[in-house]
Amino acid sequence: MDLSQYLEFASCTDPGMVRSHNEDAVAADPANGLAVLADGMGGYNAGEVASGMATTVITTEIQQLLAKVKPYDIDPESNKIIAGQLVREQVMKANASIYHAAQSQPQYAGMGTTLVVCLFYDNKALVAHLGDSRLYRMRDATLKQITRDHSLLQEQIDSGLITAEQAKHAQHKNLVTKALGIDPTVEPEIREYETRPGDIYLLCSDGLCDMVADEDISMTLEALGANLKLAAQQLVQMANDNGGKDNVSVILVRVLREYPAARGVVGKFLGWLK
Amino acid sequence: MAKLILSMDGLVLKEIPLSKERTTIGRKPHNDIQIDNLAVSGEHAVIVTILNDCFLEDLGSTNGTLVNGNPVKKHFLQNNDVVELGKYRLKFVGEAPVPAASAEKADFEKTMVLRPAAMKAAAEQARAMGAGAAEAARASAAQQVAAGAAVAGTAEREIKSAPAPTPMPMSATMTTPTPIPAQAPAPAAAAPAAPKSPHPLGAIQILSGGNAGKELELAKPLTTLGKPGVQVAVLTRRPQGYFITHVEGANPPVVNGQAIGTAPHALKDHDVVELAGVKMEFFLKG
Repeated sequence: MDLSQYLEFASCTDPGMVRSHNEDAVAADPANGLAVLADGMGGYNAGEVASGMATTVITTEIQQLLAKVKPYDIDPESNKIIAGQLVREQVMKANASIYHAAQSQPQYAGMGTTLVVCLFYDNKALVAHLGDSRLYRMRDATLKQITRDHSLLQEQIDSGLITAEQAKHAQHKNLVTKALGIDPTVEPEIREYETRPGDIYLLCSDGLCDMVADEDISMTLEALGANLKLAAQQLVQMANDNGGKDNVSVILVRVLREYPAARGVVGKFLGWLK
Repeated sequence: MAKLILSMDGLVLKEIPLSKERTTIGRKPHNDIQIDNLAVSGEHAVIVTILNDCFLEDLGSTNGTLVNGNPVKKHFLQNNDVVELGKYRLKFVGEAPVPAASAEKADFEKTMVLRPAAMKAAAEQARAMGAGAAEAARASAAQQVAAGAAVAGTAEREIKSAPAPTPMPMSATMTTPTPIPAQAPAPAAAAPAAPKSPHPLGAIQILSGGNAGKELELAKPLTTLGKPGVQVAVLTRRPQGYFITHVEGANPPVVNGQAIGTAPHALKDHDVVELAGVKMEFFLKG
Protein backbone atom coordinates (compact mmCIF):
# COMPACT_ATOMS: atom_id res chain seq x y z
CA MET A 1 0.00 0.00 0.00
CA ASP A 2 1.24 3.43 -0.95
CA LEU A 3 1.67 5.41 2.24
CA SER A 4 2.18 8.77 0.56
CA GLN A 5 -1.52 9.60 0.99
CA TYR A 6 -1.29 8.86 4.72
CA LEU A 7 2.01 10.48 5.56
CA GLU A 8 3.44 13.83 4.57
CA PHE A 9 7.22 14.17 4.33
CA ALA A 10 9.49 17.19 4.17
CA SER A 11 13.24 17.33 4.52
CA CYS A 12 15.97 19.94 4.52
CA THR A 13 19.75 19.70 4.89
CA ASP A 14 22.34 22.45 5.04
CA PRO A 15 26.10 22.63 5.68
CA GLY A 16 25.55 25.32 8.34
CA MET A 17 27.49 28.53 8.77
CA VAL A 18 30.93 27.18 9.71
CA ARG A 19 31.60 23.92 7.88
CA SER A 20 32.58 23.98 4.25
CA HIS A 21 30.84 20.75 3.33
CA ASN A 22 27.84 18.78 4.39
CA GLU A 23 28.55 15.43 6.01
CA ASP A 24 24.89 14.80 6.72
CA ALA A 25 22.70 12.78 4.38
CA VAL A 26 18.93 12.41 4.31
CA ALA A 27 16.64 10.11 2.35
CA ALA A 28 12.88 9.82 2.42
CA ASP A 29 10.57 7.44 0.60
CA PRO A 30 6.98 8.49 1.31
CA ALA A 31 5.44 5.58 -0.62
CA ASN A 32 7.14 3.05 1.64
CA GLY A 33 6.87 5.21 4.75
CA LEU A 34 10.64 5.31 5.18
CA ALA A 35 12.90 8.12 6.43
CA VAL A 36 16.66 7.80 6.93
CA LEU A 37 19.04 10.43 8.32
CA ALA A 38 22.78 10.04 8.84
CA ASP A 39 25.48 12.35 10.19
CA GLY A 40 28.87 11.26 8.93
CA MET A 41 32.24 11.64 10.60
CA GLY A 42 35.84 11.07 9.60
CA GLY A 43 38.65 13.02 8.02
CA TYR A 44 38.97 14.08 4.39
CA ASN A 45 35.52 13.75 2.82
CA ALA A 46 35.01 10.36 4.42
CA GLY A 47 32.13 11.59 6.60
CA GLU A 48 30.08 12.38 3.52
CA VAL A 49 30.94 9.01 2.05
CA ALA A 50 29.84 7.17 5.17
CA SER A 51 26.55 9.01 5.60
CA GLY A 52 25.81 8.80 1.88
CA MET A 53 26.45 5.05 1.87
CA ALA A 54 24.25 4.58 4.93
CA THR A 55 21.22 6.37 3.50
CA THR A 56 21.60 4.85 0.02
CA VAL A 57 22.16 1.28 1.16
CA ILE A 58 19.36 1.34 3.70
CA THR A 59 16.74 2.97 1.48
CA THR A 60 17.45 0.94 -1.65
CA GLU A 61 17.65 -2.37 0.23
CA ILE A 62 14.45 -1.73 2.16
CA GLN A 63 12.68 -0.56 -1.00
CA GLN A 64 13.65 -3.78 -2.76
CA LEU A 65 12.53 -5.94 0.13
CA LEU A 66 9.24 -4.08 0.53
CA ALA A 67 8.46 -4.84 -3.10
CA LYS A 68 8.41 -8.50 -2.12
CA VAL A 69 7.16 -8.60 1.47
CA LYS A 70 5.04 -6.39 3.71
CA PRO A 71 6.53 -5.08 6.95
CA TYR A 72 3.58 -6.50 8.93
CA ASP A 73 3.98 -10.02 7.49
CA ILE A 74 4.74 -12.69 10.05
CA ASP A 75 8.09 -14.41 9.75
CA PRO A 76 7.33 -18.18 9.68
CA GLU A 77 10.50 -19.05 11.60
CA SER A 78 10.41 -16.62 14.52
CA ASN A 79 6.62 -16.05 14.38
CA LYS A 80 7.22 -12.32 14.74
CA ILE A 81 6.35 -9.33 12.57
CA ILE A 82 9.24 -8.97 10.16
CA ALA A 83 9.60 -5.18 10.16
CA GLY A 84 12.11 -5.10 13.01
CA GLN A 85 14.20 -7.88 11.55
CA LEU A 86 14.07 -6.27 8.12
CA VAL A 87 15.33 -2.90 9.29
CA ARG A 88 17.94 -4.43 11.59
CA GLU A 89 19.41 -6.53 8.78
CA GLN A 90 19.64 -3.58 6.40
CA VAL A 91 21.30 -1.42 9.04
CA MET A 92 23.81 -4.20 9.58
CA LYS A 93 24.33 -4.51 5.85
CA ALA A 94 25.06 -0.77 5.63
CA ASN A 95 27.44 -1.15 8.57
CA ALA A 96 29.31 -3.91 6.79
CA SER A 97 29.57 -1.85 3.58
CA ILE A 98 30.94 1.20 5.35
CA TYR A 99 33.28 -0.82 7.53
CA HIS A 100 34.59 -2.68 4.50
CA ALA A 101 35.17 0.54 2.56
CA ALA A 102 36.94 2.09 5.56
CA GLN A 103 39.19 -0.94 5.88
CA SER A 104 40.01 -1.35 2.20
CA GLN A 105 40.55 2.29 1.24
CA PRO A 106 43.11 4.24 3.24
CA GLN A 107 41.45 7.62 2.64
CA TYR A 108 38.30 6.34 4.34
CA ALA A 109 40.02 4.85 7.40
CA GLY A 110 38.08 5.53 10.56
CA MET A 111 34.96 6.89 8.88
CA GLY A 112 31.55 6.25 10.37
CA THR A 113 28.15 7.77 10.73
CA THR A 114 25.34 8.17 13.18
CA LEU A 115 21.97 7.01 11.99
CA VAL A 116 18.27 7.26 12.61
CA VAL A 117 15.82 5.22 10.53
CA CYS A 118 12.05 5.42 10.79
CA LEU A 119 9.75 2.95 9.02
CA PHE A 120 6.03 3.67 9.22
CA TYR A 121 3.57 0.81 8.79
CA ASP A 122 0.29 -0.37 10.32
CA ASN A 123 -0.22 2.74 12.50
CA LYS A 124 3.23 2.23 13.96
CA ALA A 125 6.64 3.78 13.64
CA LEU A 126 9.60 1.43 13.80
CA VAL A 127 12.70 3.35 14.88
CA ALA A 128 16.31 2.21 14.64
CA HIS A 129 19.14 4.46 15.71
CA LEU A 130 22.84 4.66 16.45
CA GLY A 131 24.72 7.61 17.90
CA ASP A 132 23.35 11.09 18.53
CA SER A 133 20.99 11.67 15.61
CA ARG A 134 17.54 11.90 17.09
CA LEU A 135 13.86 11.30 16.61
CA TYR A 136 11.36 13.63 18.25
CA ARG A 137 7.60 13.39 18.28
CA MET A 138 5.20 16.31 18.43
CA ARG A 139 1.84 15.17 19.82
CA ASP A 140 -0.86 17.26 21.49
CA ALA A 141 1.38 20.33 21.38
CA THR A 142 4.11 18.53 23.34
CA LEU A 143 7.52 17.75 21.94
CA LYS A 144 9.08 14.52 23.16
CA GLN A 145 12.48 13.09 22.41
CA ILE A 146 11.90 9.48 21.40
CA THR A 147 15.43 8.20 20.89
CA ARG A 148 18.09 8.24 23.57
CA ASP A 149 21.50 9.24 22.29
CA HIS A 150 24.30 6.74 22.32
CA SER A 151 26.72 9.31 23.66
CA LEU A 152 29.06 9.80 26.56
CA LEU A 153 26.91 12.70 27.70
CA GLN A 154 23.76 10.59 27.79
CA GLU A 155 25.58 7.89 29.74
CA GLN A 156 26.69 10.49 32.25
CA ILE A 157 23.13 11.76 32.58
CA ASP A 158 21.84 8.21 33.02
CA SER A 159 24.37 7.39 35.69
CA GLY A 160 23.49 10.60 37.55
CA LEU A 161 26.88 12.25 37.12
CA ILE A 162 25.35 15.34 35.58
CA THR A 163 21.86 16.74 35.16
CA ALA A 164 20.14 17.39 31.86
CA GLU A 165 20.52 21.13 32.54
CA GLN A 166 24.29 20.80 33.03
CA ALA A 167 24.45 18.67 29.89
CA LYS A 168 23.33 21.65 27.79
CA HIS A 169 26.60 23.36 28.62
CA ALA A 170 28.80 20.28 28.51
CA GLN A 171 31.94 20.37 26.44
CA HIS A 172 31.93 16.88 25.02
CA LYS A 173 28.60 16.78 23.23
CA ASN A 174 30.35 15.29 20.26
CA LEU A 175 31.44 11.93 21.67
CA VAL A 176 29.19 9.11 20.55
CA THR A 177 29.48 5.60 21.93
CA LYS A 178 27.88 3.77 19.00
CA ALA A 179 28.03 4.45 15.29
CA LEU A 180 27.63 2.78 11.93
CA GLY A 181 30.75 1.57 10.12
CA ILE A 182 33.20 1.66 13.03
CA ASP A 183 33.10 -1.98 14.09
CA PRO A 184 32.61 -5.11 11.94
CA THR A 185 29.15 -5.61 13.44
CA VAL A 186 26.81 -3.30 15.24
CA GLU A 187 23.51 -3.73 17.04
CA PRO A 188 21.16 -0.81 16.37
CA GLU A 189 18.67 0.12 19.04
CA ILE A 190 15.24 -0.75 17.63
CA ARG A 191 11.93 0.27 19.12
CA GLU A 192 8.38 0.54 17.95
CA TYR A 193 5.79 3.20 18.75
CA GLU A 194 2.10 3.61 18.01
CA THR A 195 1.38 6.62 15.84
CA ARG A 196 -1.71 8.82 15.87
CA PRO A 197 -3.13 11.07 13.19
CA GLY A 198 -1.79 14.59 13.74
CA ASP A 199 1.58 13.41 15.09
CA ILE A 200 4.63 15.10 13.63
CA TYR A 201 7.89 13.14 13.71
CA LEU A 202 11.19 14.98 13.49
CA LEU A 203 14.39 13.20 12.56
CA CYS A 204 17.39 15.47 13.05
CA SER A 205 21.16 15.58 13.24
CA ASP A 206 22.91 17.05 16.30
CA GLY A 207 23.40 20.27 14.32
CA LEU A 208 19.78 21.07 15.08
CA CYS A 209 19.36 19.99 18.69
CA ASP A 210 22.71 21.51 19.76
CA MET A 211 21.81 24.86 18.20
CA VAL A 212 18.07 25.22 18.75
CA ALA A 213 16.42 24.81 22.14
CA ASP A 214 13.69 22.20 22.41
CA GLU A 215 11.16 24.95 23.22
CA ASP A 216 11.94 26.68 19.95
CA ILE A 217 11.69 23.43 17.97
CA SER A 218 8.36 22.80 19.63
CA MET A 219 7.16 26.33 18.89
CA THR A 220 8.13 25.98 15.23
CA LEU A 221 6.36 22.66 14.78
CA GLU A 222 3.28 24.00 16.49
CA ALA A 223 3.18 27.24 14.53
CA LEU A 224 4.20 25.91 11.13
CA GLY A 225 2.88 22.34 11.32
CA ALA A 226 0.40 23.25 8.58
CA ASN A 227 3.25 23.83 6.15
CA LEU A 228 5.75 21.05 6.73
CA LYS A 229 8.26 22.16 4.09
CA LEU A 230 8.39 25.64 5.61
CA ALA A 231 8.75 24.18 9.11
CA ALA A 232 11.77 22.14 7.96
CA GLN A 233 13.37 25.21 6.39
CA GLN A 234 12.59 27.30 9.45
CA LEU A 235 14.29 24.77 11.77
CA VAL A 236 17.44 24.81 9.64
CA GLN A 237 17.34 28.59 9.46
CA MET A 238 17.06 28.87 13.25
CA ALA A 239 20.09 26.62 13.71
CA ASN A 240 22.03 28.81 11.28
CA ASP A 241 20.84 32.04 12.91
CA ASN A 242 22.12 30.70 16.22
CA GLY A 243 25.57 30.11 14.81
CA GLY A 244 25.12 27.03 12.61
CA LYS A 245 28.29 25.42 13.93
CA ASP A 246 27.52 22.01 12.45
CA ASN A 247 25.71 20.61 9.45
CA VAL A 248 21.97 20.74 10.04
CA SER A 249 19.51 18.19 8.70
CA VAL A 250 15.86 17.54 9.42
CA ILE A 251 13.19 15.22 8.09
CA LEU A 252 9.61 15.91 9.15
CA VAL A 253 6.86 13.32 8.83
CA ARG A 254 3.26 14.11 9.61
CA VAL A 255 0.64 11.41 10.05
CA LEU A 256 -2.35 12.62 8.04
CA ARG A 257 -4.68 9.74 8.87
CA GLU A 258 -4.65 6.17 10.12
CA TYR A 259 -2.88 3.63 7.97
CA PRO A 260 -3.77 0.20 9.35
CA ALA A 261 -2.23 -2.79 7.61
CA ALA A 262 -4.52 -4.37 5.03
CA ARG A 263 -4.37 -7.98 6.18
CA GLY A 264 -6.18 -10.92 4.57
CA VAL A 265 -8.31 -11.00 1.46
CA VAL A 266 -10.94 -8.49 2.64
CA GLY A 267 -8.31 -6.11 3.94
CA LYS A 268 -6.37 -6.33 0.71
CA PHE A 269 -9.53 -5.63 -1.23
CA LEU A 270 -10.33 -2.64 0.95
CA GLY A 271 -6.76 -1.45 0.63
CA TRP A 272 -7.04 -1.78 -3.11
CA LEU A 273 -10.31 0.24 -3.08
CA LYS A 274 -8.53 3.11 -1.37
CA MET B 1 45.09 28.34 7.22
CA ALA B 2 48.66 27.10 7.27
CA LYS B 3 50.97 28.17 4.45
CA LEU B 4 54.38 27.57 2.94
CA ILE B 5 56.80 30.30 1.96
CA LEU B 6 59.00 29.23 -0.93
CA SER B 7 62.42 30.87 -1.15
CA MET B 8 65.82 30.36 -2.72
CA ASP B 9 69.05 31.94 -1.48
CA GLY B 10 67.06 34.02 1.00
CA LEU B 11 64.83 35.43 -1.75
CA VAL B 12 61.12 34.86 -1.20
CA LEU B 13 59.54 33.50 -4.38
CA LYS B 14 56.00 32.61 -3.43
CA GLU B 15 53.52 31.99 -0.61
CA ILE B 16 51.39 28.90 -0.91
CA PRO B 17 48.34 28.37 1.32
CA LEU B 18 47.77 24.72 2.27
CA SER B 19 44.12 24.71 1.29
CA LYS B 20 43.95 21.18 -0.08
CA GLU B 21 44.04 17.87 1.69
CA ARG B 22 47.04 16.88 -0.41
CA THR B 23 49.48 19.45 -1.69
CA THR B 24 52.05 17.83 -3.95
CA ILE B 25 55.55 19.18 -4.50
CA GLY B 26 57.78 18.20 -7.43
CA ARG B 27 59.43 19.12 -10.68
CA LYS B 28 56.65 17.94 -13.00
CA PRO B 29 54.02 20.52 -13.96
CA HIS B 30 51.04 18.62 -12.48
CA ASN B 31 52.28 19.22 -8.93
CA ASP B 32 50.51 21.80 -6.79
CA ILE B 33 53.88 23.35 -6.05
CA GLN B 34 56.09 22.99 -9.07
CA ILE B 35 59.81 23.56 -8.55
CA ASP B 36 61.57 23.35 -11.89
CA ASN B 37 65.01 22.30 -10.78
CA LEU B 38 66.88 19.07 -11.55
CA ALA B 39 67.66 18.49 -7.89
CA VAL B 40 63.93 18.11 -7.29
CA SER B 41 62.30 14.81 -8.25
CA GLY B 42 59.28 14.66 -10.55
CA GLU B 43 57.07 13.75 -7.58
CA HIS B 44 59.19 14.79 -4.67
CA ALA B 45 56.98 15.13 -1.61
CA VAL B 46 53.42 15.67 -0.46
CA ILE B 47 51.87 17.60 2.40
CA VAL B 48 48.75 16.00 3.79
CA THR B 49 46.55 18.40 5.75
CA ILE B 50 44.16 16.88 8.25
CA LEU B 51 42.11 19.45 10.13
CA ASN B 52 44.82 21.81 11.42
CA ASP B 53 47.66 19.34 11.21
CA CYS B 54 50.02 19.16 8.26
CA PHE B 55 52.17 16.11 7.57
CA LEU B 56 55.08 16.16 5.16
CA GLU B 57 55.89 12.92 3.38
CA ASP B 58 58.83 12.30 1.07
CA LEU B 59 57.63 10.33 -1.97
CA GLY B 60 60.92 8.45 -2.40
CA SER B 61 62.74 11.38 -3.99
CA THR B 62 66.24 10.95 -5.37
CA ASN B 63 67.85 13.68 -3.30
CA GLY B 64 65.64 13.48 -0.24
CA THR B 65 63.78 16.07 1.83
CA LEU B 66 65.28 17.86 4.82
CA VAL B 67 63.35 19.42 7.67
CA ASN B 68 65.41 21.79 9.81
CA GLY B 69 68.52 20.16 8.37
CA ASN B 70 67.53 16.56 9.07
CA PRO B 71 66.47 14.12 6.36
CA VAL B 72 62.89 12.92 6.88
CA LYS B 73 60.53 10.38 5.35
CA LYS B 74 57.47 11.53 7.26
CA HIS B 75 57.22 14.55 9.46
CA PHE B 76 54.51 16.30 11.42
CA LEU B 77 55.09 19.95 10.48
CA GLN B 78 55.43 22.48 13.29
CA ASN B 79 55.25 26.23 13.00
CA ASN B 80 58.46 27.70 11.48
CA ASP B 81 59.78 24.34 10.27
CA VAL B 82 62.05 24.78 7.25
CA VAL B 83 61.73 22.16 4.54
CA GLU B 84 64.64 21.93 2.11
CA LEU B 85 64.48 20.44 -1.37
CA GLY B 86 67.82 20.95 -3.10
CA LYS B 87 68.53 24.69 -2.98
CA TYR B 88 64.91 25.56 -2.33
CA ARG B 89 63.58 26.24 1.11
CA LEU B 90 59.93 26.04 2.16
CA LYS B 91 59.12 27.63 5.46
CA PHE B 92 56.02 26.23 7.12
CA VAL B 93 53.86 28.80 8.88
CA GLY B 94 51.09 27.27 10.98
CA GLU B 95 47.91 29.08 11.79
CA ALA B 96 48.17 32.23 13.84
CA PRO B 97 47.68 31.29 17.51
CA VAL B 98 44.36 33.09 18.01
CA PRO B 99 42.54 31.81 14.93
CA ALA B 100 44.04 28.42 15.71
CA ALA B 101 42.29 28.45 19.06
CA SER B 102 38.93 29.05 17.42
CA ALA B 103 39.67 26.41 14.82
CA GLU B 104 40.43 23.95 17.57
CA LYS B 105 37.06 24.72 19.01
CA ALA B 106 35.41 23.88 15.73
CA ASP B 107 37.31 20.58 15.58
CA PHE B 108 36.26 19.79 19.05
CA GLU B 109 32.66 20.13 17.97
CA LYS B 110 33.10 17.42 15.36
CA THR B 111 31.31 14.23 16.18
CA MET B 112 33.69 11.43 17.07
CA VAL B 113 33.25 7.90 18.23
CA LEU B 114 34.48 7.14 21.69
CA ARG B 115 36.07 3.81 20.89
CA PRO B 116 39.72 3.83 21.88
CA ALA B 117 40.09 0.12 21.09
CA ALA B 118 38.60 0.54 17.63
CA MET B 119 40.75 3.59 16.98
CA LYS B 120 43.88 1.71 17.92
CA ALA B 121 42.84 -1.13 15.67
CA ALA B 122 42.29 1.30 12.81
CA ALA B 123 45.69 2.84 13.40
CA GLU B 124 47.34 -0.60 13.43
CA GLN B 125 45.52 -1.53 10.28
CA ALA B 126 46.62 1.61 8.49
CA ARG B 127 50.17 1.18 9.65
CA ALA B 128 50.16 -2.40 8.44
CA MET B 129 49.09 -1.14 5.04
CA GLY B 130 52.05 1.20 5.14
CA ALA B 131 50.09 3.81 3.26
CA GLY B 132 49.85 7.54 3.86
CA ALA B 133 46.73 6.77 5.79
CA ALA B 134 48.83 6.07 8.85
CA GLU B 135 48.83 9.78 9.45
CA ALA B 136 45.08 9.97 9.24
CA ALA B 137 44.64 7.24 11.78
CA ARG B 138 47.27 8.75 14.03
CA ALA B 139 45.64 12.14 13.76
CA SER B 140 42.29 10.73 14.75
CA ALA B 141 43.92 8.80 17.58
CA ALA B 142 45.52 12.04 18.73
CA GLN B 143 42.13 13.70 18.69
CA GLN B 144 40.82 10.80 20.66
CA VAL B 145 43.42 11.40 23.31
CA ALA B 146 42.66 15.11 23.38
CA ALA B 147 38.98 14.41 23.72
CA GLY B 148 39.61 11.88 26.45
CA ALA B 149 41.68 14.41 28.34
CA ALA B 150 38.87 16.94 28.15
CA VAL B 151 36.47 14.37 29.50
CA ALA B 152 38.76 13.72 32.40
CA GLY B 153 38.58 17.41 33.14
CA THR B 154 42.26 18.08 32.61
CA ALA B 155 41.95 20.17 29.48
CA GLU B 156 41.86 23.86 30.18
CA ARG B 157 40.18 24.89 26.97
CA GLU B 158 37.05 26.93 27.24
CA ILE B 159 34.92 25.53 24.48
CA LYS B 160 31.83 27.59 24.98
CA SER B 161 30.67 30.19 27.36
CA ALA B 162 29.53 27.31 29.50
CA PRO B 163 28.08 29.08 32.53
CA ALA B 164 25.97 31.44 30.42
CA PRO B 165 22.47 31.42 31.87
CA THR B 166 20.65 32.12 28.58
CA PRO B 167 18.96 29.10 27.03
CA MET B 168 20.96 29.58 23.83
CA PRO B 169 24.37 30.84 24.89
CA MET B 170 25.89 30.21 21.49
CA SER B 171 24.25 33.12 19.74
CA ALA B 172 26.24 35.77 21.51
CA THR B 173 29.58 34.05 21.36
CA MET B 174 29.22 32.84 17.82
CA THR B 175 28.51 36.22 16.34
CA THR B 176 31.45 37.88 18.08
CA PRO B 177 33.82 38.63 15.19
CA THR B 178 37.04 38.56 17.20
CA PRO B 179 37.93 35.07 18.39
CA ILE B 180 37.91 34.69 22.13
CA PRO B 181 41.25 33.80 23.75
CA ALA B 182 41.06 30.24 24.93
CA GLN B 183 41.70 30.65 28.65
CA ALA B 184 40.12 34.02 29.37
CA PRO B 185 37.05 33.60 31.53
CA ALA B 186 35.89 37.17 30.83
CA PRO B 187 34.11 36.52 27.51
CA ALA B 188 31.94 33.92 29.18
CA ALA B 189 30.71 36.57 31.55
CA ALA B 190 30.37 39.15 28.78
CA ALA B 191 28.49 36.82 26.44
CA PRO B 192 25.07 36.93 28.11
CA ALA B 193 25.29 40.71 28.36
CA ALA B 194 25.38 40.97 24.57
CA PRO B 195 21.78 41.11 23.27
CA LYS B 196 20.57 37.91 21.70
CA SER B 197 19.28 39.80 18.67
CA PRO B 198 21.01 43.09 17.97
CA HIS B 199 18.05 44.59 16.12
CA PRO B 200 15.27 46.41 17.96
CA LEU B 201 12.06 44.77 19.09
CA GLY B 202 9.22 44.89 16.56
CA ALA B 203 5.47 44.94 17.05
CA ILE B 204 2.25 44.74 15.07
CA GLN B 205 -0.67 47.08 15.46
CA ILE B 206 -4.06 45.96 14.15
CA LEU B 207 -5.58 48.67 11.94
CA SER B 208 -8.95 47.20 10.93
CA GLY B 209 -11.58 44.72 12.13
CA GLY B 210 -12.82 43.96 15.62
CA ASN B 211 -9.39 44.10 17.21
CA ALA B 212 -8.43 47.44 15.68
CA GLY B 213 -5.99 49.38 17.84
CA LYS B 214 -4.56 46.30 19.55
CA GLU B 215 -0.83 45.90 19.67
CA LEU B 216 1.18 42.70 19.63
CA GLU B 217 4.85 42.60 20.56
CA LEU B 218 6.99 40.27 18.47
CA ALA B 219 9.37 39.07 21.16
CA LYS B 220 9.32 35.38 20.24
CA PRO B 221 11.43 33.88 17.43
CA LEU B 222 8.17 33.07 15.62
CA THR B 223 4.69 34.50 15.77
CA THR B 224 1.87 33.14 13.63
CA LEU B 225 -0.91 35.42 12.47
CA GLY B 226 -4.20 34.80 10.64
CA LYS B 227 -6.98 32.25 10.69
CA PRO B 228 -5.98 28.55 10.58
CA GLY B 229 -7.44 26.92 7.47
CA VAL B 230 -8.03 30.29 5.80
CA GLN B 231 -4.81 32.25 5.68
CA VAL B 232 -1.87 32.02 8.02
CA ALA B 233 1.50 33.76 7.93
CA VAL B 234 4.45 33.57 10.27
CA LEU B 235 6.60 36.46 11.44
CA THR B 236 10.12 35.31 12.23
CA ARG B 237 12.56 37.28 14.32
CA ARG B 238 16.08 36.79 13.01
CA PRO B 239 19.45 38.48 13.58
CA GLN B 240 18.92 40.31 10.27
CA GLY B 241 15.47 41.62 11.30
CA TYR B 242 11.88 40.50 10.91
CA PHE B 243 10.52 38.41 8.04
CA ILE B 244 7.00 37.45 7.04
CA THR B 245 6.38 34.09 5.32
CA HIS B 246 3.23 32.56 3.89
CA VAL B 247 2.25 29.36 5.75
CA GLU B 248 -1.18 28.25 4.55
CA GLY B 249 -4.18 29.44 2.56
CA ALA B 250 -4.78 29.98 -1.15
CA ASN B 251 -3.35 33.50 -1.20
CA PRO B 252 -0.14 34.80 0.32
CA PRO B 253 -0.32 37.86 2.60
CA VAL B 254 -0.15 41.34 1.08
CA VAL B 255 2.55 43.81 2.19
CA ASN B 256 2.10 47.47 1.17
CA GLY B 257 -0.42 46.41 -1.49
CA GLN B 258 1.83 43.69 -2.99
CA ALA B 259 1.31 39.93 -2.56
CA ILE B 260 4.58 38.52 -1.18
CA GLY B 261 4.63 35.10 -2.85
CA THR B 262 5.93 32.04 -1.03
CA ALA B 263 9.46 33.23 -0.15
CA PRO B 264 10.20 35.00 3.16
CA HIS B 265 9.77 38.77 2.86
CA ALA B 266 11.80 41.21 4.98
CA LEU B 267 9.63 43.65 6.93
CA LYS B 268 10.55 47.33 7.23
CA ASP B 269 9.37 49.82 9.79
CA HIS B 270 5.75 50.91 9.11
CA ASP B 271 5.03 48.24 6.49
CA VAL B 272 1.29 47.53 6.22
CA VAL B 273 0.33 43.85 6.11
CA GLU B 274 -3.04 42.50 5.00
CA LEU B 275 -3.85 39.04 6.20
CA ALA B 276 -7.18 37.15 6.33
CA GLY B 277 -9.03 40.41 5.68
CA VAL B 278 -7.32 42.32 8.49
CA LYS B 279 -4.93 45.21 8.01
CA MET B 280 -2.05 45.65 10.42
CA GLU B 281 1.05 47.78 10.64
CA PHE B 282 4.51 46.52 11.49
CA PHE B 283 6.77 48.88 13.36
CA LEU B 284 10.02 48.83 15.34
CA LYS B 285 9.98 49.83 18.97
CA GLY B 286 12.90 52.14 19.76
